[in-house]
This record gives sequence, C-alpha cells and structure tokens, in this order.
Amino acid sequence: MNKLKLKNQLSAQLLLIIITITVMFPIVYIFGLSINPDGRRPSELVIFPAQPTLANYAQVLDRPTANPVSFSQLLSNSLMLSTGSAAMSLLIGVFAAYAFSRFKFVGRSFLMSAVLGLTLLPSVAGLLPLFILLNRIRTNAAVVGVAMLVLAILAIVIFGMFLLSRIRNREAGGWTFVFGLGGLLIGALLLYGGIINFAKGTEEEFILRNSLYGVGITMISGGLPFTIWYLKGYLDTIPKELEEAARIDGASFNQTFFLVVLPLAVPVLAIRFFLSFMGDWTEFYISWQFLTDPKDYTLAMTLWNIVGQYAANISWNIFAAYSVVVALPIAVVYAIFQKQIVGGLTLGGVKG
Amino acid sequence: MRGSSNANSAGIWPYIFVLPTFLVMGLITFYPIFFNVWMSFTNFQLANIRLENPPEFIGLANYIGILNNDIAVVKIADFSFWKHLFFNIWWAVSSVFTTLIAGILIAIVLNVEGLWFKKAYRVMFILPMVIPNLVVNTVWRNMFDPTSGAINLALMAIGSVFGLPREMFEINWLGSIEHPIGLLFPWQPMPVTYYAMLISNFWRGWPWVTVIATGALQSIPKELYEAASIDGATGPQKLWSITLPLLRPAMVPAAILSYNWTFNLLDIAYFLTGGQPFHETELLVSILFRLVNEQRLYGVAASFAVIVFIVSTIMFLLTNRITRATESYDS
Repeated sequence: MNKLKLKNQLSAQLLLIIITITVMFPIVYIFGLSINPDGRRPSELVIFPAQPTLANYAQVLDRPTANPVSFSQLLSNSLMLSTGSAAMSLLIGVFAAYAFSRFKFVGRSFLMSAVLGLTLLPSVAGLLPLFILLNRIRTNAAVVGVAMLVLAILAIVIFGMFLLSRIRNREAGGWTFVFGLGGLLIGALLLYGGIINFAKGTEEEFILRNSLYGVGITMISGGLPFTIWYLKGYLDTIPKELEEAARIDGASFNQTFFLVVLPLAVPVLAIRFFLSFMGDWTEFYISWQFLTDPKDYTLAMTLWNIVGQYAANISWNIFAAYSVVVALPIAVVYAIFQKQIVGGLTLGGVKG
Repeated sequence: MRGSSNANSAGIWPYIFVLPTFLVMGLITFYPIFFNVWMSFTNFQLANIRLENPPEFIGLANYIGILNNDIAVVKIADFSFWKHLFFNIWWAVSSVFTTLIAGILIAIVLNVEGLWFKKAYRVMFILPMVIPNLVVNTVWRNMFDPTSGAINLALMAIGSVFGLPREMFEINWLGSIEHPIGLLFPWQPMPVTYYAMLISNFWRGWPWVTVIATGALQSIPKELYEAASIDGATGPQKLWSITLPLLRPAMVPAAILSYNWTFNLLDIAYFLTGGQPFHETELLVSILFRLVNEQRLYGVAASFAVIVFIVSTIMFLLTNRITRATESYDS
C-alpha cells in the first residue's frame, strides 16, 4: 500500500550501508587482526590477512601473558567468580525482594530506601572499605578449608533436604530442580575448595582480601542492592490474587513462595543472573586492587596486562585474539536473549 | 481488609525472609559504608592498614582539600575537582545527546515500510551493544594508536583517494594536548581525547537507543498515520507531530538511564584514555580509583567516595525530576 519510492529506497540503503560499515569496521578489523600471522604493528590497513592462521588463538589458549598462569586457570577463576557471585546475590536477594514486594513490616520503608540509595553508589566506591576490612581477616589455609567444608555440608544438607521433600510431596517442577541442583552445585564447589585448602595445611597464610573469595564478597556486596531492587520491581507485577488463591487452597506461606511465585519469576531470575554474570565476567577494578598472586588473576585483568602494562611486549594479533576470546561468550548469549535483556535493563534502574 | 489479613497471617515470615539478606548486607555492605565514612575523617594511608597502627582523626580536612583542589592533599597532578566535575557532566550530556539523536533517527529509518534487508541491518546493528565494555574500550584504544591504529590508517587510505598526504592523518587521538574547538567552552576547552571518547561511546551507545526506539515505534498504531495521510499531512509533518511525541514516553527514561550510566563510565576513562592529557579526561570515578590504586591515599579516597556518592545521588534526583516534569507536561 505504502510503497517506498525507488529513489528513497536507494538513499536509505546508501545511508544504512555507510552505517553498517562504521558498525562492522572495529569488529571485522579486530577479527582480521586476530587471525593475522604478522604480529608487527601495521603501517597499512589490513582488514583480512592474506594468510589467515589460528596460531594466535592457540597461543592465547596456551599461555596468554608472561605471567605464570595458564588460560584454563584464568578461565576457571573468572567462571567461578562470576557464576558464584551472581548465584549468591540472586539466592540471597530473592527472599528480601519477595518480602519487600508483598508485606508490610516494621522498618520496611527504611530498609527499602537504604537499598535504593545503595544502587546509586558506583561500584568502585564500595571497593575501598572492603579492601581494608578484608585485609584484616587472616588465617591459614587449613582453617579456611574447614570453614568451607562446614558450609559445603550445610549447603548440601539444606538443598538436598529441600529437593527430597519436594520430590516426596510430588511438588517438584522443573525450576525446583534448577534451584535445588544449583544449591547442590554451590555445595559441591565449596566441598572441592574446602578439600584443596585443607590439604594446603596450616603453613600457608590466607588473607581474605588476597583471594577470589574476598573479590567475590565485594562483588556480592555491590550487586545485592541492585538485585533486590530489580527483582522487587518484577515481583510487584505478579498479581496477589494468585497467592491468595493458593492460600485458600491450603498452601502454607512457604509453599506459596516456592510453588506459585518463584516459578513465575524464573525468566526474570535468569535475566538477572546473566546481567550479574556479565558484569562480574568483565569486572576489573576489584580484582585488580585485591589480587596479587598471578594464579588468582582473571581474564579481564589479563586483558589489561596485554594492553596496558606490557603493551610493548605483546604483539597486536595476540591482543586481538584474546579480546575475541573474552568477548565471545558474553556476546553470543547477549545476542540470543537481546530482547529480554534490554527489557530487563530498562526495568532495572541505574548502576555503573 | 484482605490486605491486612494477609499481612497478619504472614506473621513472622516477612522477617525470616528479610533476615538473611540483611545479615549479609549488614556485614558486607552497611558496615563497610560506615567504616568508609569514618575513614574519610582520618589520614588513613598504606601504613595504617595494620590494626596496631590506627590513623589520626583529622576532621573535614580531606573534604576541604578535595573541594579546594589542594594538590598537597590529593597528590594527583593538575587535580581540580570542579574542572573534573564539569568535564564529567559535559561528557555525560554530550554523549547521551549524540547517541540519542542518532539512535532515534536510525530506528525511524529502519522502521520505514518496504525497506529492503531490514532484518539483516537490525541483526548487525545490535553487535556493538553485546560486546563487553572492557573489550570495546581496549579495542578502541588500540585503534586510536597514532601511527599504526586502524582509525588513522583508514583515514589515510580514504585521504589518499583525494590526494591528501598521509601526515595529515597522524592524529594523536589519545595523547594530543591540542583543543580543536576552542570556542565551545573557552574556560575549559575539550582536548582531542574527549572526541575519541565521544566516538567510541557513540559507536557502542546508539544501537541500544535504536533497540528501545524500535520497540516504541512498533507500538504506535498505524491508524494514526493513515488518518494523518487522509488529512493531507506530509512525511516530515507526520514525523514531527506523531512519531516524535509518541516516542517521548519511552525515550525520556532511556535517556535518564543512559545519562546516569555514562556519568560513571569508569571503563572509558580508565581503559581508553587513561585520563590523558594531563588528567583532562578523568571522570570522578576514575580519579577515585586512582586515589585507591595508584596514590594509596585511603583516607582521601574515602572522602572522595562519599563525594562521588553525593554527586551521583544529586544527578539521579535531578534527572528524575526532569522526567517527572516532562511527564506532567505530557498529560
């Protein structure tokens, strides 16, 4: 009906092609550089190398920097930090979000404004006091191991009982398993870490600040207010009548939360998890400030090692390959769930 | 009635639900914040990290030093709180305006009926948005290299078509001390690096605006345009009187959000520019991180963190006020 005139079509296409070139230029350039065998600084613009190679990726996966740390170690540090912190802040935050969304209790409005106020605190501003405080918590590896084993057993017992009781009552939906198995996974990770630390014995000093746990605690501290505010915003949109109906049917308070509310919130929990994960995956400042042992370094810190400090020593094609490796997992997930995530971001509010 | 009975029957449960969160937050969020406020009134330094060696209480000296641009207190060369604050605000305002205008215009073009390859463009245009900020800024830093960076090499290649010499495009994007457009703010002209920041942020920022604007555009009923056509409205008239007003409710919150993000966009000041030249392109948050990480002036940094928090809150309240004002204008 409203057919576009050819002249307008062509000028629109011309404009969009120019925009496409500007959008694609950095991406194609860095990809081309990452498969370029020549590591010297270019003097002519090369978009696609004459003899493409995957050697740079092999080098990155083998040993990205001069630091004595392998790529798999970096990857596992980054993964543990970002999944651990994202899962913990979600696990802790969802209960508070529900209480805020549904109940009037003493201190509610005060606590809520405290949480909202905290979302305005730039994450880098919260790093300093925790740096000083966590630095004071010192012990040896064996004690840490024991503490982690206790936590691991607690987590496994609680989540195991939760899963078992749900299964016995035939109340187990798909998300119950996600929740229960997620908790069990955290328990298993704690168990693993506990054994490793315990094996190190009493000789090795442990400073909470100088460990991935210290970084994780600081990440959770920064992420929690935002998680609570975000989830509360979503839970507010779930009609109360659903829960009232469940209550009339004889469900307990706990059952309404686990069986009615949480299943409805699963998509938004997933988005929040991914947003926290994405933030923590590329988190730089806390880990840069806290960690001194190269074995604890993360992927993001190493990217800066390549570009900043040792920039002169590391060839550009290695930098390019490394950037692609760091960006790719996030970019793929983000691109797939782009609609939901953008909707979630605008719902969420402010956090730098 | 119903609501109150609900609250009563819940009894102690709300507290049980809130308790774990606030135990954790009390320990790792609220207590550290009070500790930070206490630190801000002391001369806390590296030596005071050990518990046996407590810092001295110095009252408001840190705050006074920061607000008076006292380099003896802050120990960053060329530190000037008000200049940094002005740069930070102008940086956020200018980057939001550029991305917002471009993002909306591109969304409108992409929404034209009968346009070819619409889907392909939409897929390609989300790519900048999905790449982590850290990577975007390190890559742009690499591309802005004065002798071998992709930007200058591309400009040279384009320039050579028109017979322009290569030397013309050896632009020192991240280190030049020149201020190209001096007229803009005569008392504080923007260095070349500011434009590099603007370009990099523009590249990453407009696709996000386009995604939001596209969503809003698609919810505008087509009947409005048809009715306008019957009344004899031209294309620009429809754009001005239907599209833009109906986009506003979605775009104002997006602009506010984007302003508050960009205001504290530490990645761009730390990874892309490093504050160069002469700390002219520092943001408040990057100064804060330098105070902690490089200067190790923990007491001063604690005061600076409090100031950053206050500034962020003021920005949030101001921008929120503007949203409310436009809302009432709409109705």
